[in-house]
Amino acid sequence: MARSKSSYLLPLGIFLALAALLFYGLTIDPKKVPSPLIGKPAPSFELESLLEPGKTISSDILKGQISLVNVWASWCPSCRQEHAELVRIARESDVQMIGFNWKDERPAALEMLRRYGNPYTLSVFDPENRVGIDWGVYGAPETFVVDAEGIIRHKQIGPIDQRVWDE
Amino acid sequence: MTPTPFFRVLAAAALLAWGCARAFTLEEFQFQSPAQEHEFRELIGKLRCLVCQNESLAASQADLAQDLREEVYHMMQDGKSQDEIIEFLVARYGDFVLYQPPVKPSTYILWFGPFVLIGIGGFFLLRALQRKGREPEADLSATDRDRIEQLLTQPGTRPGDTQDRTS
Repeated sequence: MARSKSSYLLPLGIFLALAALLFYGLTIDPKKVPSPLIGKPAPSFELESLLEPGKTISSDILKGQISLVNVWASWCPSCRQEHAELVRIARESDVQMIGFNWKDERPAALEMLRRYGNPYTLSVFDPENRVGIDWGVYGAPETFVVDAEGIIRHKQIGPIDQRVWDE
Repeated sequence: MTPTPFFRVLAAAALLAWGCARAFTLEEFQFQSPAQEHEFRELIGKLRCLVCQNESLAASQADLAQDLREEVYHMMQDGKSQDEIIEFLVARYGDFVLYQPPVKPSTYILWFGPFVLIGIGGFFLLRALQRKGREPEADLSATDRDRIEQLLTQPGTRPGDTQDRTS
């Protein structure tokens, strides 16, 4: 039988600390992989335009203003969900929205833009995931916030809704 | 004993699945030598699929996994070393792309934590056991001792007595 209080308080304390840590772990989504590109210059690219085949768009467009690079595809249901929000953001704010069509087919992508609206100033087309790998894209939708100097400031994994935008 | 129909179907399914999985990685890529092929298999076993996050690049059937396998293959054909390829992917996807977490200060808790916890638990266990051995039997107080002597020496209180003794 323990004589002193401390010899049972200490293990209890350690257990409570561990329990608190594990409890916090329950609130984190393990599927979200943090991007190592935050704070680094956005990887440069030259991709074909989605809307105008044959025209090339380079990553220079990211310089000079704040941009949202939104990775999307017509086969991705969450992208469809966030599209309305993107249209609203494009209308209400003056950030430049760049559409990054990922691993998709041009007709399907164009159809989606036609049906749900086109919030993008410019759209690029990356069907083979050439540039996606450089940006560490592993799913859709993902949105990168790029500042005026072309540095990636934030990566949003998953669709954007009102709550996410406010944050 | 002839295999029952169930086992036949099971065996056929297993063979088919195994065949598909093999075809996915092997026949897609041509290697210059068995050594190179072995190196490729080893490397993709060390990398994680970011979509099916519990599988390695070797095992995963996800689209992105195939993209990354192709990337690794092309880099190998270009003559890049294993370290260079790993560095390339970690720069884009972070440490999570490694199937086995690296041992660095931020992951010390992951690697050494269990041993530390066992050590703490073991320490308390030992202390409790030692204490139990060292502690003397609780002393009887003086009044208790007198009472016991009285009870033991009084005639008629010995077990088995059913009659009064004539002393």
